[in-house]
Order: sequence, then C-alpha cells, then structure tokens
Amino acid sequence: MNNPPSEPKPIAKPKKVLVIGSGPIVIGQAAEFDYAGTQACKALREEGVTTVLVNSNPATIMTDEGVADVVYIEPLTVEVIERIIAREKPDGILPTLGGQTGLNLAVELADAGVLDRHNVRLLGTPLATIRAAEDREEFRDLMGRIGEPTPPSEIVESQQGAEKALKIIGLPAVIRPAYTLGGTGGGIANTLEEYWRFAGTGMAASPIGQVLVEKSLAGWKEVEYEVMRDAADNCITVCNMENFDPMGVHTGDSIVVAPSQTLSDKEYQLLRTASLNIIRALGVEGGCNVQLALRPGNIVAKTLPDQIEGPDYYVIEVNPRVSRSSALASKATGYPIARVAAKIAVGKRLDEIPNAVTGKTVAAFEPALDYCVVKIPRWPFDKFAGGDRSLGTQMKATGEVMAIDRTFEAALLKAVRSLEITDRDALWEPKPDDTHFEAHDERLWTLLAAVRQGTAPEELSRITGVDPWFTRALERIAKMEARLLAEPLGRDLLWEAKRMGFADAQIGVLTDRSEEQVARRRAEYGLRPTYKMVDSCAGEFEAETPFFYSTYEQENEALPTGEPTAVVIGSGPIRIGQGIEFDYCSVHAAWALSDAGVKSVMINSNPETVSTDFDTSDRLYFEPLDAESVMSVIQNEAGDGATPASIVQFGGQTAINLSQSLDAAGLPILGSSAQSIDIASDRHLFEEFLARHGIPNPPGAAVADVGRALQVAQEIGYPVLVRPSYVLGGRAMEIVQNATELVRYMSSAFAAASGRRVLIDKYFEGREVEVDAVCDGEQVLIPGIMEHVERAGVHSGDSMAVYPGLNLTKQEVDAIVDYTTRIGLGLNVRGLMNIQYVLTSGNTYRSPTDGSKREGDGRAEVFVIEVNPRSSRTIPFISKVTGVPMVRLAVNVMLGKTLAEQGFSGGLWKKQDIVAVKAPVFSMSKLTGVDTYLGPEMKSTGEVMGIDREFRPAVAKALMAAGLMLPKNGSILLSMADKTKADAVALVNELHQAGYKLYATKGTAAMISAMGLEVTTITKVLSGEHPNVVDVISDGTVDAVVNTVTGDRKSLQDGFNIRRVATEKRIPCFTSIDTARAAAESLNGPTDDYSVAPLQDYLNGP
Amino acid sequence: MTDARVKRYLVLEDGSVFEGYAFGADAGTAGEVVFSTSMTGYQEMLTDPSFAGQIVVPTYPMIGNYGINGRDAESARIRVAGFVVREHCDQPSHADSEMTVDEYLRSQDVPGLWGIDTRALTRRLRTRGVMMGALGSSAEAAVGQLKAASTYGDTDLVQAVTTGHSYRWTDSDGDRQHSNSDAGQRRPDWPRRRVLVSDYGVKYNIMRLLQSRGCEVITFPATATAEELLQREPDGILLSPGPGDPELLDYAVETAKGIVGKVPVFGICLGNQVLARAFGGSTYKLKFGHRGANHPVKDLRTGRAYITAQNHGYAVDADSLPANVEVSHVSLNDGTVEGMRHREMPVMSIQYHSEASPGPRDSEYIFDDFVALMDQGMDQGMNEAKSN
Repeated sequence: MNNPPSEPKPIAKPKKVLVIGSGPIVIGQAAEFDYAGTQACKALREEGVTTVLVNSNPATIMTDEGVADVVYIEPLTVEVIERIIAREKPDGILPTLGGQTGLNLAVELADAGVLDRHNVRLLGTPLATIRAAEDREEFRDLMGRIGEPTPPSEIVESQQGAEKALKIIGLPAVIRPAYTLGGTGGGIANTLEEYWRFAGTGMAASPIGQVLVEKSLAGWKEVEYEVMRDAADNCITVCNMENFDPMGVHTGDSIVVAPSQTLSDKEYQLLRTASLNIIRALGVEGGCNVQLALRPGNIVAKTLPDQIEGPDYYVIEVNPRVSRSSALASKATGYPIARVAAKIAVGKRLDEIPNAVTGKTVAAFEPALDYCVVKIPRWPFDKFAGGDRSLGTQMKATGEVMAIDRTFEAALLKAVRSLEITDRDALWEPKPDDTHFEAHDERLWTLLAAVRQGTAPEELSRITGVDPWFTRALERIAKMEARLLAEPLGRDLLWEAKRMGFADAQIGVLTDRSEEQVARRRAEYGLRPTYKMVDSCAGEFEAETPFFYSTYEQENEALPTGEPTAVVIGSGPIRIGQGIEFDYCSVHAAWALSDAGVKSVMINSNPETVSTDFDTSDRLYFEPLDAESVMSVIQNEAGDGATPASIVQFGGQTAINLSQSLDAAGLPILGSSAQSIDIASDRHLFEEFLARHGIPNPPGAAVADVGRALQVAQEIGYPVLVRPSYVLGGRAMEIVQNATELVRYMSSAFAAASGRRVLIDKYFEGREVEVDAVCDGEQVLIPGIMEHVERAGVHSGDSMAVYPGLNLTKQEVDAIVDYTTRIGLGLNVRGLMNIQYVLTSGNTYRSPTDGSKREGDGRAEVFVIEVNPRSSRTIPFISKVTGVPMVRLAVNVMLGKTLAEQGFSGGLWKKQDIVAVKAPVFSMSKLTGVDTYLGPEMKSTGEVMGIDREFRPAVAKALMAAGLMLPKNGSILLSMADKTKADAVALVNELHQAGYKLYATKGTAAMISAMGLEVTTITKVLSGEHPNVVDVISDGTVDAVVNTVTGDRKSLQDGFNIRRVATEKRIPCFTSIDTARAAAESLNGPTDDYSVAPLQDYLNGP
Repeated sequence: MTDARVKRYLVLEDGSVFEGYAFGADAGTAGEVVFSTSMTGYQEMLTDPSFAGQIVVPTYPMIGNYGINGRDAESARIRVAGFVVREHCDQPSHADSEMTVDEYLRSQDVPGLWGIDTRALTRRLRTRGVMMGALGSSAEAAVGQLKAASTYGDTDLVQAVTTGHSYRWTDSDGDRQHSNSDAGQRRPDWPRRRVLVSDYGVKYNIMRLLQSRGCEVITFPATATAEELLQREPDGILLSPGPGDPELLDYAVETAKGIVGKVPVFGICLGNQVLARAFGGSTYKLKFGHRGANHPVKDLRTGRAYITAQNHGYAVDADSLPANVEVSHVSLNDGTVEGMRHREMPVMSIQYHSEASPGPRDSEYIFDDFVALMDQGMDQGMNEAKSN
C-alpha cells in the first residue's frame, strides 16, 4: 500500500552487451523475438552501448549487418556462447529478448559458471526470478509471500499422493507432469476416470515421476497484463488483454482482445495492482507478462462446479521477459516494449526514456486505446488435416493475425479476413457433423454457425465458457448477415455493414452480387474507409507515428503525402511454408525504398513482425492482405494524385497472388509484370515458355479430372509428383507410386484448391539444387548455388541446403547459370526469382568431404522443377552468406536502376570461401497426430544456419543449432525401407566407425549383419514381444532414429509410431537417408573444432 | 443497438456539427465538451461531480459493456450534462449489472449521443481547445441550446454539486448510503482522527479511503466557513475535487485561508487550486485539460513516477506561488503543477485523483501520507514540513 519513497539508485551502464536471440522459429516462439531483438539492439546503440548479437536463425532482421555492432550466427549452446564471451568480453548479457530459449540459456550459463568466470552481469531479470517463474512450487511460495492468490495445487509422486491431492483439490483438476515440455501426458480431468488416467500417464511421462495436481479454472476469464518496471521501481502497465476463449486454452491459441472488454474499472484495477505487485516482487528490470484468471460472470459461473469460496482471481503464470504477448501489446498500443525494456536493462528510468510515439512525452505512461484489437491465431491444420485439432494447454498455432477497428465486431471480422485460409471467410461453416463446441481451431466458425441457426448466445456461453458479451457480438454479426440477405442494399445498410467490418466479398455473397459490384456500389455512395492513427494516447497528444488502421468513420487522418510512394505488400501470418523469411524481405524492401528516396508504405496483418514495427516503413497500414483492403490503401495513398505502385515480390504467395487482382483493377505493379508472374505460375504457359527456350523440365501436364490424370501418369511413367496449382509450401503435394494412389489423390486434392487444376510431373529421384537470382531485364545475377542434402522429393523448405554447391560439375554449374539467365530474361523478370532444379546424373547423395568427387560422364542432366517469380525462403540465407544484398538490388531494379548502375554484373557471383548449411527446424512435438516424415509437403516451421570454413564443422553446427546433433558414441535405431537399404551401407559404416551401438528392425538388421557388423534386432510389432521399437525409444535405449519410407501408404503407417515416439522423446529422427548420412558424417572428426566467429569474419575470408 | 434510431446532433461553439443517434433521455443539453481517455470506469465518470456542466466524451469507443451496478457510483447521481460515445452496449455482461447505460441516463434525464466519430471530435478539442457545445434533436435545436446556455467558465458549478447540509459518512458495510444525521461535537468513542471534507464535489471513494484508514469523515457544504469547520475540532481538513473555474470560488479561498496553519490540510484537484489561491497563487485554464487514467506524475521529493487518474481543466501557475510553497509533483506529460507542499505549515495537496475510481490505485499512499500528517499533529507536522 505504502510505497516507501526511495531515491533512484544509479546503475553503472554497461559498455558492451551480448544480446541472445531466440533461435529458429518453432511453435510458441516465432517472429516476435526478431522484432524484440531488433528493437533492443537499436535501443542499446542509441544509448551508446556496443551490442553483440548471437542467434542461430539467419532469417532474421536482427542478424543483419547494421542492427547490432557485431553479429554471430552460431548455435545457441553454452559452449558457443562462452567462446563468444571470451572473444568479445561483454560486461553485460541480455537474455530477456530471446524468449524462453534466451532465459534458459542464461540459467545454463550461470550454472556452468560462465558468467562469473568472465565477469558478465545478467541484465533485465535476476537469475532467482527466472528460476522462480519456472519452478511452480517456488512461484507459488513467492506469490503466497506477497499475498497474491495462486490456484491450489499439490505435488504428487505416488498413487497415495494422488489420492490425497484428489481430496484436497477436487475435480476438475489440471494434471501437469513435471519437466515435460508441452505438457505431454497431462490434461484437464473432469471425471475420476480421467483423473486416474492423467495421473498415471503424467507420472509416467515425467522423467522424475512427478505431477502437479492443480485446481482447474477452466471457464474462468483469462486476462493478461503487460507490465514494465525500471530499476528505480517505477512500474506501469502497457496494456491488458482479455481472452475470448476462457481458461483452459493456451493463450497463444486463444482469440485475444485488447483492451479487456468485460472488466469493470474495479476489476481492471484489481488485476493491474496485482500485476504491479508481482513485477515488484520479482524484481524484473524490463518487461513482464502476467496471466490471471478472473471469476466469470453469472451465466458462465452457473455452469461451473461450486466455486463460491476463494478469491475472485488467481495468478496463473508469469513470463519475466519480453514475450509473444508483449509483441502483440506493442503493436496493439504503439508502445515499444522491447525498446523500452532494453533501455531499462542498461539503467534508464521510465521517465527518462522519450515516448517514441508522441516524440514529446515520456515512456512512463500507460497507453490509452480508442479502438479494439483482436488477435486470432493461425493454426497449421490446413496442412495437417489429420492432426489433433483440439486446443488445450499445449500451443499449436504457428502464427497470428491482428486487426484493429473501432468496434469488436469489425476488428474480429477483419482478423478473420487476415487469416488467409483459402475459402474460409466469416461465412464459412464447418460440416454439420463436425460441429462440436470444445476448443478447436474452427470453434469461432462453429459459434457463428450456431448463432445463425438461432442458438441463443447465452446458451453458447454456457456450453463454451466464452463470455456472453462476445457471443452476443457474434449474434449481432449474424443479425447483420440476415439483414443483408433480406433488405435492399441501400446506403444506410451498406454503411452499417461496412462499419461492422463486413468485406465487400461477404456482402456480395449475401446480396447476390460480385465483390466488384459491391465495391462499385460503395463508390457510388461515396463510402470509403477512413484511416485512424495508432498513437498510444487516444488522440490526446499529437503523435508522429505513421501507423494506421482502416475504419468507416468521418475523419481520415492518413492524408496522401504527395511524394513518390511505393506500397510493399507483406506476407501476413506466419504459417508453414510462409515464414519469417518473407517478413525479412518486406523489411528490406521498405528500407531500400526509403534509401532510394521513395516513401515506403507497408501493409501487413501480422503483429509479431519487424515489418509491422512503426519505424520500419514511412507508413504502416495494419490491414488484412486481401484485394479490398490493399486497393483501399492504394486509393487512399493516391488521393487526387499519382497512384503509388505496389511491390508484390516480397510478401510470399500472399502478395504474389494479389498481383492479378491489382493488375485487373489497373493498379501499377513495380517489377515483374502480372503477365510474367502469370506465365511462371501457370503450368501450361510455363511449359510452352520452356519449350520455346529449349530448357528441359520433367515431363508432365496439368489435368482437371481423374481420367486425364491416369492417362498422363501412364505416359510419363510412375512415380509421379502431384500437386494443385497455385499453392503454398507444397501443400497437398505428394509423390504417387501407382494408379491406385493417384485415384485416391485425385479424389481428395480438389478440396484443397477448389476449381484449380492438378499438376502431374515425372518424379526424378535426383539431387536438388536451388538458386535465387535478380534480373534487371539485361542481366541476371545469381549470388550462389545452393545444393540440397536430401534428394528431390523432400520439399525444399524441409531440406538442408549447402552453399556453395560442393558436388557440382562445371557442366552442371554452367547449365544452371545458363538456364537461370535465359529464364530471367525470357520471362522479363524485374527483380527476384527463385528456381529449383533436379540433377539426375550421378548418385543422389555425395559426400562433400569425399575427396574422390563424383563419377559420371560429364553430361549435365539438369531439369527445371519450379520457377517462383518472387523472393524465396532462401533470400535471407543467400544474402547473408554471399554478402549480395538481394532485396536491395531487386528494389532498385524495380525503380529503374540496372544491376550495372548498382555496381553488380550478371552471372554467378564469386564463390565465398565458406561453407554454410541451412537446416530446417520442426515443431512436431507440439502437433500430436501429425506424421513427421519428410516429403513433398513442407512441415518445418523454422531454420538455422551453420557456417564455417569446411563442410563438416558447418553441418555439425547446423545440426547442433537445429537440435539434430547426434551424440558422440551413442546408440541408434535403424528401420529402413528396402529401397533405401543400398544407400544405407555407407551410413551404417559411418555410424559404426563413430562407435555407435546399432539397433534395427528385422530387415535392416539382416542387412547390417550381412555387412559383418553387430546389431540388436528389435521387433516392430507393438503388441508382441518386448522391447519393441517404441520401448527402446521411450526408455532412452537409443539416442536417435533413422526411419526411411518409400512414400507408399503402407510403410508410412508402419513407421508412424516410431516417428511419433521419437518426436515426443525429442531425439533426432531422420526420415531421409541423406540427412542421416550428413549427420553421421559430422560425427567423424573432432566435434569441437568448429569455429565461432562474427559473420563478417567469415565473409572477409580466412 | 436500438432498432428505431433517432437522429441527434452535437453542435460545437466553433460551428462544427456531429450527426449521430440519440440515447439516454429525450432532451437537449449544453455544456463544455471534454474528452476522457480512461478506458474503463464510465459509471464512475458519469457520477463524478467534477464533470458537472460538461458534456463528456470517452475516447474509448465501446461504452457500457459491463452495465451499471449498485456499487460504482461516485456520488448520488449522474453529474455530466451529456454523454457522447461511439457505441453503447445494450446487452451488458456482468454479474453486478443492473441496467444499461442508456437506461441509466434515461432514469436521470441525461441525454446521450452515439454513433459519431468521437476520435475526430477529440482531435478537434485537442487542437482548438475545449469549448461549449450542445446536444439537440436537430442542428438548429442544438444551436438554440448552445445560445441559451451559460458559459462553463462563468458558472459556479460547485454550488450545483455540493451537499446542502453536513453529514457523517458511513460506508462500513459497503453501503454507499450516507447518513444525514448530526455531525456535532466529538464523542470519546469516535475514531481517533476526525477529517472534515469541504465538499466542492467530493467522490465517495475519497471518503471510503479515509474511513478505511480509521478516520471519521464529516462532510460539509463548500460554503462552510473556517470557523464552522474549526469548531468541530478536526484532526485534518480535506478540500475536495470539484467542477469549474477556481477563480469563481472566493468563499472557498477565504475558508482555506482560515484553516491553513491551524489544522493539517489536504487538497485534491479543485482543493489544490483553492489552496494555491489561498497562498496568493493563481490558476489558469488548460487548453484541453487532463482527463483520464494514464497520466504520469513525478514526485519531485523521491524522483518516483506514478500513473494517476486525472480530471481537471485548470492548473496552478507554479510561478505565482510564494516561496514558502513548493511544487511537490509535476506532470511528466506537460510539466504542469500536480502537487504542492507548504514549507512551514502542514498542508499538502495534489492536482490528480489519488482516490482514482476510475483509474489506477497507485496513489492511494497519499491518503496514508495525510493520515501521517494528522498523526504528527500541528507542531511536528510543521517541523516535518520544514525539514523537507
């Protein structure tokens, strides 16, 4: 109550700070940490602090030249960080911007004595606090000491303990196994039967046989506060957020609204005060996220077990660091949390830090919002239809979208538009037999469908626990739909519908018009969106942030600047196949435009990213990336003057798909024309083009029905590669071995891309090579050739890529350069393109360290598999390892400056004296029921890079960073398809040489025995004898698994359990023999002879 | 949303017209148009006597989500002259909700306007300054209201909100009813500290927070003289917040002059301005005021920054204060005076609302400071004040 006044204590400002990044993008840790780290580095440099940054993820802005003073792209391990510390001698380390990875690493560094040994001060969050926030018992005790309520819980290690806990806690209860990431084995128990089941599986899953039994608050309101504190004990809350989904769903998987909507001021302040008490008790200097449960309103409360007694709220969890929620809060309010947190970490007080938004006031204030923000997670179930779609304590979303408007309904509908799920707008309804109300990725649509059918919102609240305020809003949306269906579309109705966030497309569907007709009617009525500023102060002060959202109101604040302007279309939510790489490109595009004297306008819907930082571009529009929103922004920027041109090359498939709409509307596109884009994307046009230029590609055709498909496959011969045209990340792409499978595929594929044709290509099992190139219409510059470790058939995004290609003959290189150049010029590309080739001569895997090089007759057999007339996933990687600023070159080309004028020439850029390996990173342990084998459909969520002078240490570092490093002298389980057994001989030899103990399933074991090596045979049959394959993985007998599949359904099914168990156990599981061989190869040789050096050192040459 | 929508208009002194829809009472009104940036606490705002004579515009667009309850009112009735929102909620969701904002306004004859671009209105007030405005069923009707209305700055609004007679605050069981019973001489069984409140427009939470700190609270009309107050043998006197221009309150200034130095005095908001005038200082009107729940204030004695609730249109001129009055708190937004201390006498005052409601509770410690000031008594208080 009484804050003892204390003089702010002066803090010695560190001179040099090591900032730890968060590593690869995985579910639960995405682009928000690139945003946080980038802001932090900029902020520290403003304070005159030298920054050293380390991250293993090359697809980040933070690892760019110019963000930090020194950049290391190295694995995030204690050994590596200690070597960096020894070399750089920082006096402070800042781990709080690197997510849980950063915090965990800080604890490990402290435990290993590294920080003491090198006299490095931990900045931001004290070590004891990091531990207290992680250890549930310690956290509970700390909260108890400061009088903050936590849900009653009991620690249980035995059957008796579980009985006792049941008596004390009662049902429903949450069972949380100790030390299992992702809550494996636990769950919410509503019945005795569930309780005993989860207690059993939970204790079994926990390595120490311990579970926490906690009172379940499922159904309570979930509210979060973002809090800041400085060393002088000044505290503020940046923002609070209320979850649409009540307690029970991970906040990362919840629809979230900011600010809270159903809390009275007394409740708002109650939880705010609790949050401030907590950050003070934790002693965090920087940002902190507090999650609380608040007693629900009457309607929901009546459905819950008797919980009249006890406090009105509970503290659920604290993240003593910048988090995903803080990125959301920063974008939702305009308050730059990471930037302020970094300044606090080096001793600044909140009242000394200027408010970057207003430029006049200080950071010691709390943002006032005059709009509503809605976040909806983006789940990967459009790709993993077979996965478990239920939502609970384990986060499953890969990304999220945010939308801003003046009402909840409008913000919600805009957020739905921002999700970019094909054919799933707000009017979409799940199949009637699919409608269940438990939390799952489609629940919002289930609820909308129910209110449309007349279910009372209060009834839906009783079933789901979603507050009636939200379900009634859904009903208001449904009522508007009903009016649009019934009434003539007059000005007033259209105005009201637009104000409620209805897209022209949906109004069209409801009023039997095309989207264009609705847009025309809107224009006739003079109804256009206005743009309001996100200014952190609800208009109280004049602000300088060029950060806008659309709304149908009276006053427009985003007036055209009248200066030369170009629009960069961003890439939307992070999803598998369209990740942070495209945000990287969008950010560079904005920077390049500004440097060229052109005002950059960014449009994007993703709150996690650097591109939606308000100081990345000259203007930021937080909008859905659909044709209506993008064209409205362009119109707004044009005003009565010149229409700004759009750049569609950098925002992945999202942006490129808009090119045709923009072109049709007569809006200018910078760079490659819509026509060039169309040729590259349209199968028929592209084949004609290649034939005209004499460039070979695998034979194939685009088909529209099963009969034609079978005919084509027959002609070109199986196996064939099949996929729908115009899709992302190889979605629904498969290798098909025979006619039966082709029929099955054809009957399912059309669901994935309705009305579009299916492409059938001859599948060559060759080596795959990838190039990015920039073309100015006269010359084509190829910065480097990337060779995939895995043979063709594994999606390029899931392949390890090696730069430079180490096994290419001169003829192959020449052919690749020649084809690439001719394609670039022939398509009249202006800007970037990416081409994938398959090389069919020679072996599919050739060791880069094998001195004998490849055999072959020197004939280049190079086929073009795919051309993407846009930036690709590998742009950040190739730009970093070659030093060629691809996006900048491309933007300048679009603005009319040739490569020559920029000091570059065509052809293949000089080979750097390095080896860099890009390795994919997966999030499979979080997606139960999803098969992990590598195939043509992309599954990885992120990437890491290993860079060194030679292949072996480079690949070792890549594997280390990806968590796929094989331990020294380990044991491994091998289970291989017959087809790959021939290739496996070399692998087995490598493993044997490395001293590995071999376990194998029957056929594979026979092969190994035949090689004269010792092997233990393990049965595949799960119901039979023990130990079986699952046993040896789950009991820790083996440290890694190689399980290859031929691609037919049968072998996939057989290996499914092996792969899933290995995934749950978090041990390396290789499903491509080629990855396994690279990993085995990295074993042979000393493991600590890799170098650790700043990126620039590698590029400067040895 | 009401199905049958009736148009209603807001006309500002500068001639601008905002067309929206009617809610609340079917009536016209006029007042000074001001905006508040607090995102929660609309019921507290509506009933805050400091908003008397004003048409209040919350900048947060969705108002009424959790309804109106029996606990959150800060005075006996709605005090605002009119209420202008972007959206109001017809289906509130809260266990305590008893009625909608619309029903509440109707029940007390206060008109509202919804559906206008409140951000555009806010920006206009920010750039041109607050000004008079009126609500009417047509633009012409509103203009008529505007012409007929007395100017905000010329009206002693304290007279409209102060209590008619003294009363003792009783809120021991959360009941906001207060007794009209006698507030006479001290009795031995009464609490140790007796605080008298000069009611310029006091909020319930001020009295609650004093009571919860073991104070007996007796509230007096704003016109009570120093003599009337001192004869009740108080341990301290609180000069409350309230509406309007402090330049109009000579009677309150006289009272303040008569009590300072005789008993510990604590001024909040308008009370702060009255004290400044009593010490010979002056006040001035701010362009668009400070109204909201997010205003940072720096305590100059400790260097600490606090997030405060604020609601004032006038400020104390720091340069006008005599040497024996020090500025103890300043706004981190615009540097204006947010608190004063007398160097010799036990007098403390703040311009912001330590009682919050609505707003952050970070400054409730100020009430502890006041209690400490009373406990130190006159002499010690003065010594303490001197040592600062």
